[in-house]
Order: sequence, then structure tokens, then C-alpha cells
Amino acid sequence: MFQQIVIACFLVFGVAFTLLALGLSWLLSPTNPTEGKGLTFESGMEPLGPPWIRYRSGFFVYAVLYVVFDIETAFLYPWAIAYGKSVTNWFFFAEMLIFIAILFGGLLYAWKEKALSWH
Amino acid sequence: MNPWLVALLRALLILVVMLLNGSLAIYMVRKVLGHAHLRLGPTELGPAGIAQVIADIVKLLTKEDRHPNRSDRWLYLIAPFIVFVPSFVAFSFIPFTDKLVAANPEMSLLMMLAFLAVPPLGIFAAGWSSRSKFATIGAMRAIGGMVTYEIPLLLAAIPPVILAGSANLQAIVLAQSHSIWYILPCLPSFVIALICAQMETNQAPFDMTEADQELVAGFSTEYSAMRFGFMYLAEFAGNFTFAALIVSLFLGGWTLPGISATALGPFAVLVFVAKCYLLIFLFMMVRGTYSRYRVDHYLEVGWKRLLPFSLAWIVVFAAAVRIIAMLKGGA
Repeated sequence: MFQQIVIACFLVFGVAFTLLALGLSWLLSPTNPTEGKGLTFESGMEPLGPPWIRYRSGFFVYAVLYVVFDIETAFLYPWAIAYGKSVTNWFFFAEMLIFIAILFGGLLYAWKEKALSWH
Repeated sequence: MNPWLVALLRALLILVVMLLNGSLAIYMVRKVLGHAHLRLGPTELGPAGIAQVIADIVKLLTKEDRHPNRSDRWLYLIAPFIVFVPSFVAFSFIPFTDKLVAANPEMSLLMMLAFLAVPPLGIFAAGWSSRSKFATIGAMRAIGGMVTYEIPLLLAAIPPVILAGSANLQAIVLAQSHSIWYILPCLPSFVIALICAQMETNQAPFDMTEADQELVAGFSTEYSAMRFGFMYLAEFAGNFTFAALIVSLFLGGWTLPGISATALGPFAVLVFVAKCYLLIFLFMMVRGTYSRYRVDHYLEVGWKRLLPFSLAWIVVFAAAVRIIAMLKGGA
């Protein structure tokens, strides 16, 4: 329980410190809003077109792949601990082989579907 | 003593460490990059330019905080929190010595990696909510790059976990002090972790989220004053956290080879910090000497080279551990 309290304290403290420093900066800094300061930066010109640009969806595919692989990788940790404690257990080794084979299968499928290439 | 009080004191102590690391890193990065480029870096303020740090902080605090009219207001305002707070929490799991660790849960390695996975989200939020063309491109690249290299990083930490039989950073350091530094049996993992750390901390050759020459300042283009400062404080904190992670996993943490874990006493923390800064120095030298990768190149390296290689390496490593254990058992 103590560890959770420490982590909770860190979260609260981090937010509090950020607020404090931003407040200090707010007190110390000058405020002189002019029209130009509120414009979106575009190398000194008046911004052209809508501020949200369309961007290639390739990045979205990477994000989805990341979620899949990251979760599957996190499942390897409990296995690694168990395997490290009893290396002579064939069952654990076989289990890992099956799991990584599935991961590899997913990777190869994404590769074949050209999800990993830059279009 | 009241556990909440102890926890608050620890948070305060770690905050001081983090701020000290931040101010030292500002100076260090300027000097190291300066000398790597055959310049001098800061020289004017104080001996060898050391007071430049104070000038930088005062400047960040007293600048006007403007945000663009067309930004997505709330997301824009909370993005620095999403970047900074998890980096701060990740600091709590760093094992400075056997006793000096703020939070030491059973799976501290996994917890640390989990918190380190959040700042890219904040970087994406910052770039996206700015509604600026440069910031949007920087944010997209953050999702492409930082996220890609997170998976090999997670996989690179698995061989030390197998050897130590625990996902607790303290236990991994102690296990190394009883055998050897894990850089020797897990050298490929060490190299992968170094590459991924360089990417995760947004440094050249992988600084595509900022890429000053093409994207102005990438995701942080529209940020000013202290909000900008927090983005960079988190980045410097990330440098230290990743260095501490690699030192704990592969380079023996606060121990030295041939010296028993308890003999160092209070010097253990110096050993740990010295190792971390040596690694940070290495990161900065890489940053100063390598030219930037093209975005499609490093994405392909991440997905098509590092990821399959890491998976295959885990299989080979697990099999090798199994065979060695069998030979020892048979003899």
C-alpha cells in the first residue's frame, strides 16, 4: 500500500509543482496581447488556409500497430519473471515460443499488407 | 511516521534532484554540443559560462505566455502536464542506491516503462492542439517515431528480467552485483536500448518531432515561456531517466565489479550518478556527431529491423539460458 501512496503523492506533487511554476511565471511575466501575437506561426506570414491540415493516414496505422504490439510485449514480462525463476521448465519455454510465433505472425501479416512501409 | 508525510518528502527530494539535473543538463548540452561542433558554448556569464543556466531559467519565467487564438484551448493548456507529470513519476522508480529509491513496487521496471510511455501522448496533444502546420507535422512524427521505438525498448529489457528472475529494478541491480554486469550476456539488448533511448528522448539523429531546420520547433512551435520550459524540463528528465534505466539494467546500477554491494556505502549514489552522466554524455556526443535520419528510413528500421531482431533475440537468449542451465545441472 505504501508504494501506491508514494506514486499517488508523486502524481499530485507533479501537478502542483507545474501549477505553481506556471503561476509564478504568470505573476512575473508581462501581459501585452496584440493581434499579431495570437496568430498561428507560419514563418512570419499571415496564416494561409485552415489551421488543421490533412495529414497522411500512415501515421494512424503505426499508432494502431503500436497499441497491438505494445500490449502483447507487456505480456512477455510475467513470462520472463517466471522463466527466470525456473529455467529448466520446458513448459515455460514452449509457451514463449508459441507466443512469439503469434507475434511474428502478426508482424509478417502487417508487413505483407504493407502497413509497415511508408506510402 | 505518517506514510503520506514520508511520501511527500520523497517527492520533494526527487523534485530537487530533477530540477538540479535539468539545470545541469542545460549547461552540459550547450557545452558538449558546442565543443563537438568546435565552438565554445556559453562563456560570458560567470566562470566558464556556468551562470548562463540562471539567465535561461529567469528568462523562461519572465517571458510573456501567449497562445494562438485558433488553438484547441483546453488540450493546449493541459499538454505540458501530460508531458511533465509522468516524466516526474518515472523518476520515483530510479534506484539510486539499495536504500535510496522513492518508490519500489514489485514490478518497478514495468511501472517505469509504463510512465515513460505517456509523454509521447502529451507531445502529440501539444502539437495537435496548437493547430499549426509545423506543430501538426511534428506531432504526427512523434506518433510515428517515439511510439515505434518503444516496442524494441520493452523487448530489450526482457533478457535482464530473465537473468534476474524479477522485474524489480533493485533486484536486477543486486543480481548483477552477485554475478556480472548484464551488458556482457545481453549486449544486443544493450545496443537496442541505447538506440531506442536516443529516439525516446527526441534527440538527433532521431529528433524528427522538432527538426529545427524544417519544422521550426515541431510540436512546441506555439508554446512560449514556462509551458515551453516544462516541455524541455521533461526532455532533460527523460534523458536522465533513460540513462538510469540502462545503467540499472545493463551496467550494474550503483555497484562496481569486484566490490561487494554494501562496501561502497554512501559513495554508491555517486557511482550511480557518474554512470548516468557518462551515458548522457554519450547520448549528447551521438547527438552532436550524427546527421538526422529521414523519417521513412527510421520507421522502417524500427518496424522491419529492430522489432523482428528483438523478438528473435529473446528466443535465442531464452534457449541459451536454458542450455546453460542444463549443462550446469548435468555437470
